[in-house]
Amino acid sequence: MTLLLQSDDSLAMRLLLIEDDRDAADYIRKAFREAGHVVDHAADGEEGLALALDGHYDVLVVDRMLPRRDGLSVVSELRRRGEQTPVLILSALGQVDDRVVGLRAGGDDYLPKPYAFTELLARVEALCRRGAPQSTDTLYKVGELELDRLAHRVSRDGKDIPLQPREFRLLEYLMRHAGQVVTRTMLLENVWDYHFDPQTNVIDVHVSRLRSKVDKGFDVPMIHTVRGAGYMVREGLK
Amino acid sequence: MKVLPRSISRLIRTTAFKLLAAYLMVFALFAFFMIGYVAWHTRQLIETQVADNVAAEVRFLSEQYRMGGVQRLVFAIDRRTRRPGSSIYLLANFAGEVIATNVGDLPLNLLEAPGTQFTFYRRSDEAGAKEYLAFVQVFMLPGGYRLLVGRDVEERDTVRQLVVRPAQWALAVIVVLGLLGGIFVTRRVLKRIDAMTATSEVIMAGNLSGRLAVTGTGDEFDRLAHSLNAMLDRIEALMIGLKQVSDNIAHDLKTPLTRLRNRAEGALRVGGDEAAYRAALETTIEESAGLIRTFDALLMITRAEAGQARDNMVSVDLAAIAENVAELYEPLADEQGLDLTVEAQPVTVHGVRELLAQALANLVDNAIKYGLPKDGGRGRIRICLRREGDTALLEVSDAGEGIPEADRERVVERFVRLDASRSRPGSGLGLSLVAAVARLHGGMLTFGDAAPGLRVTLRLPAQDVTEGLA
Repeated sequence: MTLLLQSDDSLAMRLLLIEDDRDAADYIRKAFREAGHVVDHAADGEEGLALALDGHYDVLVVDRMLPRRDGLSVVSELRRRGEQTPVLILSALGQVDDRVVGLRAGGDDYLPKPYAFTELLARVEALCRRGAPQSTDTLYKVGELELDRLAHRVSRDGKDIPLQPREFRLLEYLMRHAGQVVTRTMLLENVWDYHFDPQTNVIDVHVSRLRSKVDKGFDVPMIHTVRGAGYMVREGLK
Repeated sequence: MKVLPRSISRLIRTTAFKLLAAYLMVFALFAFFMIGYVAWHTRQLIETQVADNVAAEVRFLSEQYRMGGVQRLVFAIDRRTRRPGSSIYLLANFAGEVIATNVGDLPLNLLEAPGTQFTFYRRSDEAGAKEYLAFVQVFMLPGGYRLLVGRDVEERDTVRQLVVRPAQWALAVIVVLGLLGGIFVTRRVLKRIDAMTATSEVIMAGNLSGRLAVTGTGDEFDRLAHSLNAMLDRIEALMIGLKQVSDNIAHDLKTPLTRLRNRAEGALRVGGDEAAYRAALETTIEESAGLIRTFDALLMITRAEAGQARDNMVSVDLAAIAENVAELYEPLADEQGLDLTVEAQPVTVHGVRELLAQALANLVDNAIKYGLPKDGGRGRIRICLRREGDTALLEVSDAGEGIPEADRERVVERFVRLDASRSRPGSGLGLSLVAAVARLHGGMLTFGDAAPGLRVTLRLPAQDVTEGLA
């Protein structure tokens, strides 16, 4: 299980965690380290802001309620100073309007507490821009699987795979984060733009449909299920 | 300032009393000026009359003098003085010696200047030193004679007294009656306010079922009582809801929490290998995820019911949501043996997209769980969106067992699950959330028979076709 949590080793990130709850911070640091990432920690907003400004981090994880300077203010101050590092906001407030406020302050993602660490890890990795395809890229390529964003065409081993529009978007999102775990809620948020909890695992059925089109007739699967976490598109591994 | 008794100072402080006092003051001032004007006018009239009379007598007497000399004049004066209520007469020769008069005493220097003026005089028939006011006219006759004719004007003051005295009394009566009336009215108002205050104190003390008395007169107090009672109804309903939720939370959150704890303790006690611990931990995490889900749903319902989300409402394309949610659930429905179809007319509503989508998702989710026909054939779910006048009708119907009519009211209550065994997954909050979302949007949720199966209808106020585009 621990092994499966780990993504591609070449993607080791430098993270800054701004969180005042020491227990939670210790747990997150440890878990991120086990996943192969480097984590610095700040226990209040001012310290966090100072570190974020000269630390060259790949991703910032900011708790919303912090002593001395609250999380949203840290993010908006960073943005005001032109610091574009991706930010994930953690918050005990999980309603739609709270999320909107968080994103408006300059956050790139918003995760309500309590969360599963796998969810946090997957989202942080998805935010990291290093090594990720640019949003301007028109062709995603993972092994023999190709997705042409302009022509809306998918092929594997040179053979066209006809997909429904939603299936196309699903595969597109998975391929943009190839080598990274993508959780079900990330798919629901980014492919369907819904932030609620669908109770039943509707996403699984969509992925298995997509899988039946992409992996059918091939020995090696492209779409992998990461137990307890979500899905991942990557090459190889029988 | 002297300290007034408490009850009186309370009376005086009321709005009703202050208003009344102000009206009384305005009215009294008005009456005062009215009376003043009348009195002044009367006095003017009397003075003009007196002056006219005096001038006529002067004319008559000087005529007598011209016709018959001093003798005839004296005779005429003499005759006139005998009449009751006669004028004042004085005739003097060029040396200032008085030839004829009916006045006791009069300042003689008056005779120097011809014309009219006011003066004091003493009456000849009174011995005292009392002086009376008179209006006199002095007239020069040929031959150096001076004739003074005048009239007593004490009468004028009497008339004024006649007007002013009763007016003063009337004013006093008005003020006193006004004050008494004010106190009466104010006390009535105070009594109703006091009753309301007493009731609200009882309610504040914790008896939420108390209501303000309505007299049925339909006055402003009744209106106030009505709206306060409506507010109390709402508060009571919310409080009962809150109590129910806390009871239900106690039950539905404590049960899995206990299970969670028992399982963790059991795993510790029994011990075992790593695999056993791992399994125990995994179920613990699963259970806590379920707890969080229930908790989130409860929070969402509470928020929707509190109406906070109303600030974030925008024009929402309901047809897009219907198609989107259908598309999201179609593979799952298909896998579970149901055909999901959607028919959506273009309708926009003023609302929160996320909540509306979640509501529809909950309905579809229910239909997938409970919509399989009894006979074991393939099920079908139909999502239908249409517009009827000002109402958007969003229907989800299935061909399952449906809900018995007696239970239809109950299903929207929190944590109610008709499936008593609770064998199928679910928190029992799905329909409560749908109902809360419906209320938030000013709509309602109804259950009907799809023969066979259940038809759930979400009615929402639709926007005008042009409204959403603006």
